[in-house]
Amino acid sequence: MTEEATDTAEPVRTADLIELEGVEKVFDVRRRTGLVRREKTRVRAVDGISFTVPRGEMVGYIGPNGAGKSTTIKMLTGILTPSGGRLRVAGIDPSRERTRLARRIGVVFGQRTTLWWDLPLIDSYRLVHRMYRIPDARYRQNLERCVELLDLGALLDVPVRQLSLGQRMRGDIAAALLHDPEVLYLDEPTIGLDVVSKAKVREFLRDLNTERATTVLLTTHDLTDIEQLCKRVMVIDHGRLVYDGTLAGLHEVAPGERTLVVDLDRRLPPIEVAGARPVRVEGPRQWLAFPASASAAPIVAALAADYPLVDLSVREPDIESVIAKMYAERPTAP
Amino acid sequence: MDERPRTGGSPDPGTPPRTAGGRPYADGPGTAGPPPPTGHLRQADGPRPAEHQRPTEHPRPADRLRTLRSGLRVYGLIAAMWMRSTMTYRASFAITALGNLAATSFDFVVILLMFTHVDSLAGYSLPEIALLYGAAGTAFGLADLAMGSMDRLGRRVRDGTLDTLLVRPAPVLAQVAADRFALRRLGRITQGLLVLGYALLTLDIAWTPLKAAMVPMMLLSGAAIFASMFVAGAAFQFVAQDAAEVQNSFTYGGNTLLQYPPTVFAKDLVRGVTFVVPLAFVNWLPALHVLGRPYPLDLPHWLAFTPPLVAALCCALAGAAWRAGLRTYRSTGS
Repeated sequence: MTEEATDTAEPVRTADLIELEGVEKVFDVRRRTGLVRREKTRVRAVDGISFTVPRGEMVGYIGPNGAGKSTTIKMLTGILTPSGGRLRVAGIDPSRERTRLARRIGVVFGQRTTLWWDLPLIDSYRLVHRMYRIPDARYRQNLERCVELLDLGALLDVPVRQLSLGQRMRGDIAAALLHDPEVLYLDEPTIGLDVVSKAKVREFLRDLNTERATTVLLTTHDLTDIEQLCKRVMVIDHGRLVYDGTLAGLHEVAPGERTLVVDLDRRLPPIEVAGARPVRVEGPRQWLAFPASASAAPIVAALAADYPLVDLSVREPDIESVIAKMYAERPTAP
Repeated sequence: MDERPRTGGSPDPGTPPRTAGGRPYADGPGTAGPPPPTGHLRQADGPRPAEHQRPTEHPRPADRLRTLRSGLRVYGLIAAMWMRSTMTYRASFAITALGNLAATSFDFVVILLMFTHVDSLAGYSLPEIALLYGAAGTAFGLADLAMGSMDRLGRRVRDGTLDTLLVRPAPVLAQVAADRFALRRLGRITQGLLVLGYALLTLDIAWTPLKAAMVPMMLLSGAAIFASMFVAGAAFQFVAQDAAEVQNSFTYGGNTLLQYPPTVFAKDLVRGVTFVVPLAFVNWLPALHVLGRPYPLDLPHWLAFTPPLVAALCCALAGAAWRAGLRTYRSTGS
């Protein structure tokens, strides 16, 4: 789909399902400074973001806390009205035609449920069925599929408030998909989940994306989510898009460091070992940093040979440190 | 934007070609069943440029009507679900409903006790007070049944759960109002109707068709006036999230006030509930006309026929307040 255009004023339909052009969101924050005096400060939560997401793509949207991720999602769902810029989802302006858009999108908030808290899970689904006017046959098919893949069978008659976080999240994902949305927004879908639940959710999302070509935009703190799900990742910081490309590319821009946490059987001076540098010592516990691209095995072997090891673990670089690194290594200062 | 290290960027040379985006819909393995959903939606979405220019800021009456219809439908769906869930525990429902009836009945018992010592209260006999009491109680009970959940709005705004209502294809007002629809509130209506029945049986009134028609009119427009107060109070909670008690003072407080004749109260208070918060139109003005009693503040008697108009006006104002409140929420977020 190129820009070569038609003479009519009709907007050119592209394969892009989500389009943002210089989208801004400014909050006025009032702060009490005196007894009655109030100070108004403007916070630019989203500061001119532009990107497009083609139909069927699965994109990770990451950034540190308060970077503007959730604000962007809220504007894309029509919960918040942008302060400036142009925003379209499936050709619809979300804030103006919120209810019309709602039929075509699915939303999962990791932190809060869209299910009816005090009612059995199945009641929420029945209500979604009627509220979205999903054809009966389609509803039954989708429900069966979700129940099977997300392992919800035993949970359908349990009130939502009695579900564990992982169960509730799966229930929420199913509820967001019963009406066959074209886009699925996931705001921190794996937050607080155990390893098994995380894997289950990821597998389901991958299948959903490949089999149904549902466009997925997911925000997360967990880089593993991105690694396993998304070819493309966008990084937002201070309301601005600072990276848009592959995850591998992100590591190239900002090669992260992994951390080896070593427990020795007694206090020792900082460990000296080839390929890693000591960053912190706290009693018998020490922290060593080594490049994310390097293997931990030779370092561990060297450690085991020379030091009285009790325990050790490897920590992956988190998003915050990757982004911090990105700024540190940036060629030009702003 | 350019000063940021937008390495990668899109299209990233390193990104594999976005097959997912270009592919219309992958009919992956194992999806022999339903046709992929995106197909028909995409086609149906084709030539609809007109909708983009629709001025939704100033909705046309037809849009308003559609919103109202959709709101009523969704209200019905949610309320029905809550009723079903209540009815699964019939005994528990019966007990709470009876408890509700008993609790509200004590209220009237106090008045009965009072009349064992006096023959009239501020010039009104027991059956006359009962008419005021029954009319206010029933009208309030109806409004409380339909809209009583609105006072939870402040909490929803505070904890952000209002977001989950904004992503559903239904008016938010209907969703908030129908949430936790509680049939036990029928207890209050029952009590109101019993007292009203007692009043109508014992009062010595020269009934005319007009006067007889005023009784149901009084109940319905009274309920609408109270309901508009619930909505306006909720709208206020968008701004002041802890204001549930302010709302309660107008609704529950107003109900208590109206159970006594205006002659009990100071003129300024009566003026306030006539001209500022039109509670007087709920039962005082129509009921005093039925009883052939003089009006407070030398008001003209034709006002007895205006409650439906006042109710309509209140609902319109409350609706406008609600929309304004929702707008502030959507432009500031939680």
